[in-house]
Amino acid sequence: MLGLDADQLRADMNRLLAFLFHQGILDEQFLQLQQLQDENSPNFVSEVVNIYFHESEKLLRNLRSLLTMDRELLSFDKIGIHLNQFIGSSSSIGAQRVRNICVAFRAASDNNNRTGCLRSLEVLEHEHCILKNKLHELFQIEQQILLAAAVRYPVLN
Amino acid sequence: MGMAADSEFHVLAVDDSIIDRKVIERLLKTSSYQVTTVDSGSKALEFLGLREDDGINPNTPSVSPNNHRWRLQEVEVNLVITDYCMPGMTDYGLLKKIKESSSLKNIPVVIMSSENVPSRISRCLEEGAEEFLLKPVKLSDLKKLRPHMLRTKIKSHNGKQEPEELGMPDEKIGFPSPKQEEQQQQQPQSKNNKRKAMEEDVSPERTRPRLNGITTMV
Repeated sequence: MLGLDADQLRADMNRLLAFLFHQGILDEQFLQLQQLQDENSPNFVSEVVNIYFHESEKLLRNLRSLLTMDRELLSFDKIGIHLNQFIGSSSSIGAQRVRNICVAFRAASDNNNRTGCLRSLEVLEHEHCILKNKLHELFQIEQQILLAAAVRYPVLN
Repeated sequence: MGMAADSEFHVLAVDDSIIDRKVIERLLKTSSYQVTTVDSGSKALEFLGLREDDGINPNTPSVSPNNHRWRLQEVEVNLVITDYCMPGMTDYGLLKKIKESSSLKNIPVVIMSSENVPSRISRCLEEGAEEFLLKPVKLSDLKKLRPHMLRTKIKSHNGKQEPEELGMPDEKIGFPSPKQEEQQQQQPQSKNNKRKAMEEDVSPERTRPRLNGITTMV
């Protein structure tokens, strides 16, 4: 017995999802993505999420280096452009909290407020980390559910 | 399996965001359309058989030495769905080029945007866009697309193609207004029934140039 209880795992997954929605970390767009996942595209959500993190990590690195430049070189326009992309992608996967922080960040950037930007960036990095951990957890539970189902039904009845 | 008739519809999706391309592709495939995605307006025009700089009509035999090696055979595209704001082409740029082309002007164009700007919406509709969809686009939004594609199919096949989908009980096509049903030409005209509150000031929108290290290639 591998100790994998599909029902328990499903309950865990639902609880995690409920938490993420309740906390506003995810919004209904994430549900839309889940609806688009089917037997034709069984890994759709994780594929999209992986692309998202690949992109968002680059954006965060770029934002960090843009903001640590000398004042004379600092380009709020470039920061704004990065944030537009960040907002768009986050919105497309339902990453509501990250998106909202980017919006506030963009407002600081529009006001040429370097301190505000730095503060926003820290919050953004923190939230991004939370999102990544939680989604990773979610996909892990999903994988375990699949495994549990395979163990339970190894032969056709 | 989707209805056989639906898979005859081919949608060209244009978006510089790799995530949005992936999502819109899945949305369209789930709705049983054939999909091609490109990451720029100029690639879209190439795919449609129209070069950006000289507006060559793909129907005329071309022996010009300027033949682009990427030029594709003319593929039938039943609808173009495009992001409003993309690097490399001015806003409305793709829409305008399509509507100005004698060979392409009848292809319905749908604009997507993450920002709800009334003046932008009006302008798009005035320039000939059929719909304006707010991002993130949902499955339910895509139901608005079919009437526009059906109309062009009926028109191009002169009634030979039966619009069988219309009779399906689970299809909520909901033609927006009777005048569009009878419309024979895809002419840019004011669509009052779709216009939201209008404000005439058009603020300059930021374009998004490509970011280093994040190339979005199809």
